[in-house]
Amino acid sequence: MAGFASTRPLGRVKRGEGWLRRSAIPGFGLTFGVTATVLSLVVLIPLSAVAARALTLSPDAFLKVAFSVRAVDAYWLSIWTSLIAASLNGVFGLAIAWALVRYRFPGKMALNAVVDLPFALPTAVAGIALATLYANTGLVGALLEKVGIKAAYNPVGIVIALTFVGVPFVVRTVEPILKDLAADVEEASASLGASRLQTLVRVVAPGLAPAWLTGFAMAFARGIGEYGSVIFIAGNMPYRSEIAPLLITIQLEQFDYGAASAIALVMLLISFAMLLVINATQAWMKRSRVR
Amino acid sequence: MSGQTPIRPNQDPGWLRTLILSTVVLFMSVMVGLPLITVFAVGLSKGLGPAMEAIREHDALAAVGLTLFIAAIAVPFNAVFGVCASWAIAKHSFRGKSFLVSLIDLPFSVSPVVAGLVYVLVFGLQGWFGPWLIDHNIKIIFAVPGIVLATVFVTFPFVARELIPLMEAQGSDEEEAAVSMGASGLATFLRVTAPNIRWGLIYGVLLCNARAMGEFGAVSVVSGHIRGQTTTMPLHVEILYNEYDFVGAFAVAGLLCLMALATLALKTLVEIARPEVGGHAV
Repeated sequence: MAGFASTRPLGRVKRGEGWLRRSAIPGFGLTFGVTATVLSLVVLIPLSAVAARALTLSPDAFLKVAFSVRAVDAYWLSIWTSLIAASLNGVFGLAIAWALVRYRFPGKMALNAVVDLPFALPTAVAGIALATLYANTGLVGALLEKVGIKAAYNPVGIVIALTFVGVPFVVRTVEPILKDLAADVEEASASLGASRLQTLVRVVAPGLAPAWLTGFAMAFARGIGEYGSVIFIAGNMPYRSEIAPLLITIQLEQFDYGAASAIALVMLLISFAMLLVINATQAWMKRSRVR
Repeated sequence: MSGQTPIRPNQDPGWLRTLILSTVVLFMSVMVGLPLITVFAVGLSKGLGPAMEAIREHDALAAVGLTLFIAAIAVPFNAVFGVCASWAIAKHSFRGKSFLVSLIDLPFSVSPVVAGLVYVLVFGLQGWFGPWLIDHNIKIIFAVPGIVLATVFVTFPFVARELIPLMEAQGSDEEEAAVSMGASGLATFLRVTAPNIRWGLIYGVLLCNARAMGEFGAVSVVSGHIRGQTTTMPLHVEILYNEYDFVGAFAVAGLLCLMALATLALKTLVEIARPEVGGHAV
């Protein structure tokens, strides 16, 4: 390895013939090999097992278990509760990012740290805490019951749990963009005679939109797959408050691997669709950031 | 313009500031503050004694031990993988790079339950290697190896996705200089790259560890819930909670809360020491 440098030119290396651009830095073969091997063994091959198992079912059997009334109700429940939770986080996450970037106030650093608590706190802990808090005997649940809202053991509880786990996404995607956006553009807008409201609507909002949408999509995607924080508060009644991931575990407990795989395949396809949406919004984010 | 009082176009009117700040404080108190207080309030509702007893009880200690053991395997594994992947991806350019990054990120968009399920389909009784494993008397599903695999899966992207942007931002000029002066690949990594990415690595490991210790869904599917043997701390919390032992459940949950709070404190310290590290959505 000692004589390595003398054998290869440095500086601007021309694009190679194949897929790899030649570089002076060694170790590509080894590190790429390890990356590809581990990725295949840990993630890709096991994931393909879901599709392989689901496709051993006949098309009729697949449709019957993957789109049974109970399964469709579960997908739909996961989707609409995640949408509401992501929307709530869209509003409050924007306010939190705005406060963190634009204002000085006591306790700002604590707020900044606590925003990430839903990432750091085990979901089961969040689940039992929220279930206790929002049950009709709990602190908040008792208050809500007085105004006629049954929170825990009801879809409302699922929305609450998903809102909790989704808190960091919008905050952490909007925050860096808001920092970059900073003074100059808004000053330009104001000095050209725009009112504060006009500046916010015409300058700040379009600048933040891609990041906000990325955070929203991430919170939504997380909500659809979420399990630990939801099952304690949901009540888990079939057709009513039973989320799709729970249905997979129920099929597994009955050793019906085929049905579990079929439902999991539908969920994976939803995840991949969300991944494409997130990639698209991130590309939009990068483009609008460069300009 | 220069003679006038400076325009401060970024200043929000006072009422808006008050509205936003009070909304934020109210939302965070109800959404995050109250659940956190609930854990400690219920855990300590009978005093410190019963809470400590629940933590010192045999099955609880076994769960703590198992959780530490799992993290001690999964976190270093993913750290080594993350360094390898970021070296290949950030220091070299090749076609299909962004696709590779998306594949590494994949476990984040997969439901934890599906993450557990995939290993049941590979190693379980009716799985690909099920019959072979039975013949050779090896147990992976409903045993510790399965829990390790599921944990590795859900924590897979943490270190890599922390290091890739950091190493890309730092460029490869320093490494090229070291190599041109005759340093070997390993020496270049250890002496040039490692000191530059140290904080990013620590940050990634912190997040990876928190998730590894706290994972519930994926681990729940492959664990088999054998008390004192295949129950991690989060699973132990679930068992106690379902047995209506609320003090016990919340006492163990309190321990996990302390872990989460310590993670956040360390993470904040890294962010203060190195502002270029972290600060993005996972």
